[in-house]
Amino acid sequence: MSAISLKVNGRTHMLDLDPATPLLYALSDDLGLRGPKFGCGLGQCGSCTAIVNGTAVRSCVTPVSAVVGKDIVTLEGLGTPEKPHPIQKAFIDEQAAQCGFCLNGVILTAKAFLDKNPKASESEIQQALSGVLCRCFTHVRMQQAIQRYAKAVAK
Amino acid sequence: MTPAARAELNRRNFLKGAGALIVGFRMLGGDVARAQFGQAPLPGAPPMDQVDSWIAIAADGSVTAFSGKEELGQGISTAQQQLVAEELSVPFERVKLIYCDTALTPDQAYTSGSQSHPANFNHGNLAQAGATAREALLKMASQQLNVPVERLSAANGVISVKGDASKKVTYGQLVGGKKLNVVLDKNAKRKPASEWTVLGKPIGRPDMAAMATGQFEYVHNVRLPGMLHGRVVRPPAVGAAVVSVDEGSVKDMPGVVKVVTRKNFVGVVAEKPWQAMQAAEKLKVSWTAGSGLPKQAEFHESMRKQPSRDVKLVDSKDTEQTLAAAATVLKSTYYHPYQMHGSVGSSCAVADVQGDKATIYSPTQGVWYQKTTGAMILGLKPENVHVIFRRGAGCYGLNGADTVTYDAAILSQAVGKPVRVQLSRKDEMAWENYGNAWTIDERAGLDAKGNIIAWEHEAWTPGLGNRPGPETPGNVVTGMLIGYQPQAFRPGAAQEPKSYNNNSNGVPSYVAGHVGDKSQGTGTVKSEKVLVHNLVSPFWTGPLRSPARLQNTFAHESFMDELAARVKADPVEYRLRHLHDERVIGVLSAAAKAAKWETRPSPKAGNAKTGVVTGRGVACVAYEGDNGYTGIVVEIEVNQDSGKVAVKRMWVGIDAGPISNPDGLRNQAEGGALQGMSRALGEEVTWDEQKVTSVDWKTYHSLPLGFEIPKIECVLVNRPDEEATGAGETSITVMAAAIGNAIFDATGVRLRQIPLTPERVKEALRARG
Repeated sequence: MSAISLKVNGRTHMLDLDPATPLLYALSDDLGLRGPKFGCGLGQCGSCTAIVNGTAVRSCVTPVSAVVGKDIVTLEGLGTPEKPHPIQKAFIDEQAAQCGFCLNGVILTAKAFLDKNPKASESEIQQALSGVLCRCFTHVRMQQAIQRYAKAVAK
Repeated sequence: MTPAARAELNRRNFLKGAGALIVGFRMLGGDVARAQFGQAPLPGAPPMDQVDSWIAIAADGSVTAFSGKEELGQGISTAQQQLVAEELSVPFERVKLIYCDTALTPDQAYTSGSQSHPANFNHGNLAQAGATAREALLKMASQQLNVPVERLSAANGVISVKGDASKKVTYGQLVGGKKLNVVLDKNAKRKPASEWTVLGKPIGRPDMAAMATGQFEYVHNVRLPGMLHGRVVRPPAVGAAVVSVDEGSVKDMPGVVKVVTRKNFVGVVAEKPWQAMQAAEKLKVSWTAGSGLPKQAEFHESMRKQPSRDVKLVDSKDTEQTLAAAATVLKSTYYHPYQMHGSVGSSCAVADVQGDKATIYSPTQGVWYQKTTGAMILGLKPENVHVIFRRGAGCYGLNGADTVTYDAAILSQAVGKPVRVQLSRKDEMAWENYGNAWTIDERAGLDAKGNIIAWEHEAWTPGLGNRPGPETPGNVVTGMLIGYQPQAFRPGAAQEPKSYNNNSNGVPSYVAGHVGDKSQGTGTVKSEKVLVHNLVSPFWTGPLRSPARLQNTFAHESFMDELAARVKADPVEYRLRHLHDERVIGVLSAAAKAAKWETRPSPKAGNAKTGVVTGRGVACVAYEGDNGYTGIVVEIEVNQDSGKVAVKRMWVGIDAGPISNPDGLRNQAEGGALQGMSRALGEEVTWDEQKVTSVDWKTYHSLPLGFEIPKIECVLVNRPDEEATGAGETSITVMAAAIGNAIFDATGVRLRQIPLTPERVKEALRARG
């Protein structure tokens, strides 16, 4: 175990962790955050996604030692139910969920990609989401919500 | 039987002396909740006939409703909240819904089988409790205001005198947090759909904002003081048993609290999840060899030779003669693989077993049966086990929810502290209760005009285990590992049917369904025979969204297309020719109309034999004969060089009776259609000689978000005067056949085995030449 400093949603936390611990467990268990979720533990589904220095990463396969000192943002770091971030609001307005478990990965992956590629085409956005799973298949609405945000970013 | 009557059947005690029925229903692949577990509420459950069991009105006028039907992501909690608000004439926001907590809510058996809408929105349960409460409040107001009920009206939780709004009393003033003490009145008047202001509206889901902002508490997020983390170690092969567990192999690892072994169940408890995962990896367990698995390539045809328990659904006793006299006889065999629930989040539960009491947070579809079976495995009294539903990732049926709940309970009891267990991806996928595999023969005879005059359906399907029900923890893997048996399998010959049972769409939509002196099917074909052979499965099986209905419908609707093509009839016209049920006709016609369906036979004329070609396909279903209806038209592209199939557009006609929430219904129709598309095109459980090999998202092929999503148009067919039916399992049921039919339309080749992979398409095209 060693002292690990993590900057999450703008706040710095000192944690006593095995440096090999995947970031997911630091976020969901040590910090009690509900956004990042264990889906597969293999980096295959996207449920554990966090944004690290502007890039979407799979926190279930990213050791905490690799993200020390970096800016880590989780779904709850974007907005609140009362004041949702525009991409969260787009999902709420489109009612783009069923069970909602995958929303963390869908929203953060789309946001990180669009913030870096504001002029991305529809097929480029699809490509960016090709490693994210929604098993309720709420794809139609999710695509509409992402397009709604994409239009706002492109302006 | 009406959908509401069938939902009511859920409630009755079928258990006494119903062993044969249990096996029969289970082995048919049907959702057993509707019959097998449709027993009287368990002792300790709030009485179903008391309004107070369903509705409480606080002094401030806020309303709490209690339901035994839970939110799994299908949107039913929003609709139930609308229902209570509507019947009580209070604003939607003033209603709080509590569901599936064994200390608080009525026992409505499982949330499954498309039974929530019929159970709670027709003439009983939650809907009738709301209507009874409103009438009781009006009577109380009448006494208080000294005005006859006819001169009173209720709105916004206030009862006032018509024409003199100053004379009024609020619900809070009338009830003031006290009990209503009223028995559910079957004759209390429901509000007619024409007067609805809350129900029937596209109200957004109250949980949506919390989900989108990472605030929502899933069972995965439940954290109790002093909680530890568990991980299970499952056998390396099907049938392997524990020889020895070397606890010393992990005792020096940081955070490890205990290694727990109970017969063939092995688990590790640690302070943190990562520590538990590492310890489970490192723990040295010696296992016996597995029992071996049948060859997958030969599995479907081998079903025909297995000992079976046979069930006959209809038999007009004249199919042989009718077929012998037919102008044309067609026979086809269809294959459907085992498929997974494959929840995106692996299953998780939190249990706190302290001495003789347990509190369990579970994503189970049946909290009451977790209470009784949890008590069995823990050796506790059922009244000392409190089960609280917390949502998991979408389950679509019996995923790992029940088994992981047992895992958490066993580990918590072993350490005397709260334990959270989340399964690994592999443990979820290798050991869940899969949707059953099927081999289905269809045979039909046509007269000289091309009309169907006889239809035979014979199916083989293996099963093992199921939902645990009130007393069978061995129906899921953890129960079996600690020594319980799955429900028994008894081979036996079919009995003659005594009453009509559509039985998970075993009976095709196009036959008369004649048993006794009545025809209760949706079709016209009088010469009919349906026989199902239930076998033993090497893998666990259980209800997966549209269990048996989806696989039977794939066969029926593909075969109907083959028949239409044989006589060069238009596939929609040919279906309509053999249907008399106006609701399935309604959804089929709605989808065809929306798609601007062009009347012509399949295959499409003039398509090239290379490159990309387009085609269209149609399919329809009366889910279980009368519990929800969907007709679908799809337009696809087939790349004849790669074998890849892309669905470009879909038109879905859907009828669930009176529409409770149009946006929720649309969400279910869209999601079901796309999930059906993923299952049709790629999903298949695979195995080798010893074990399941589809154990992650690289080996089990679900469509990700990044595919080109077809344009979907839903036509919601509202039937305000009919009973509420199921809504969430109809569009998924018709997808495989619709896509297969469209492949035929585009290419002239018929695929009869799911999934419709590029390899299978290419192979069929090669054979076509």
